[in-house]
Amino acid sequence: MKITVGGETKEVKDGITISELIEQEKVETPEYVSVSVNEEFEKKENFAARQLKDGDVVEFLYFMGGGQ
Amino acid sequence: MPFTNDQLERYSRHIILKEIGVKGQKKLMNGSVLIIGAGGLGAPAALYLAAAGVGKIGIVDADVVDLSNLQRQVIHTTADVGRPKVESAAEKMKAINPDIEVKTYQEFLASDNIMDVIKDYDFVLDGTDNFPAKFLINDACVMADKPFSHAGILRFKGQLMTVIPHESPCYRCVFKEMPPKNAIPSCKEAGVVGAMAGVIGSLQALEAVKFLTGAGELLTGKLLTFDALTMSFHTVKLPPRGDGCAVCSDHPTITKLVDYEQVACDFDPKHPV
Ligand SMILES: [Zn+2]
Repeated sequence: MKITVGGETKEVKDGITISELIEQEKVETPEYVSVSVNEEFEKKENFAARQLKDGDVVEFLYFMGGGQ
Repeated sequence: MPFTNDQLERYSRHIILKEIGVKGQKKLMNGSVLIIGAGGLGAPAALYLAAAGVGKIGIVDADVVDLSNLQRQVIHTTADVGRPKVESAAEKMKAINPDIEVKTYQEFLASDNIMDVIKDYDFVLDGTDNFPAKFLINDACVMADKPFSHAGILRFKGQLMTVIPHESPCYRCVFKEMPPKNAIPSCKEAGVVGAMAGVIGSLQALEAVKFLTGAGELLTGKLLTFDALTMSFHTVKLPPRGDGCAVCSDHPTITKLVDYEQVACDFDPKHPV
């Protein structure tokens, strides 16, 4: 199935969970990433169980502390 | 007061814009912005806001200019190494535009002084390099109902959002709690490309100009991310304001400012990044 991750369309296995996607996308500091699916933010405790569907739009939000 | 001939000429490229015009330029000249951090993000923001004629600009930084700053903090020069950053920054800003007032704060902002500093400004720009400061600025601005621009940069990436407290989601609506010390890579550990600070700091300056003049739509309710390696901008919609947020919900659990441990981007306040 196809989903959109960070604005990019990707082919992923059917029923992939958020946790699996985080791993597959090699997300840095996965413990601290925020995830939205179709503009709804998912709770961290649901990442392992929440399966994605064809056409879902997923966003990863990262802490970014630099500025000086 | 009518514009002088010099002012009409200096600001002619603003005045000609229908979104700014004479009215908008007057608003800039009567407006005030506080820039927290005279570093990577603060440098371009301070230069552009001074050039734009923002009437009063406050600049906060406790540090002195370090040689390792010059790769991106374009408001400071080699001759400024060892000087207080606020002094070096104010000098350049006044050189660009002698009409503006620049107020310097050579201090760290903490729970006991931040409210007093931000209260005198229309808009706050977060150009700090550590999470304790970013959370403190968010919480203080929410409590004081002070609109602000949040931003962060790392490696070839940057992101920013604008917050109108109690109207649009705040930093804590998205990033609930401060990450533990050393959990997230810092610029000193991971690096940052100098021009990234220029891009994101300039975007923050644009938000300040838009806020003061009322031009266009502010970057509220969304986070703008920029990846220089792929040259792509991307906007992510944020959760609704206050939805379970500890500080900006209608029933906040954080009602008093606290000082988180001051771990800077480089974890050594004597040698700023
Ligand atoms: Zn909030």
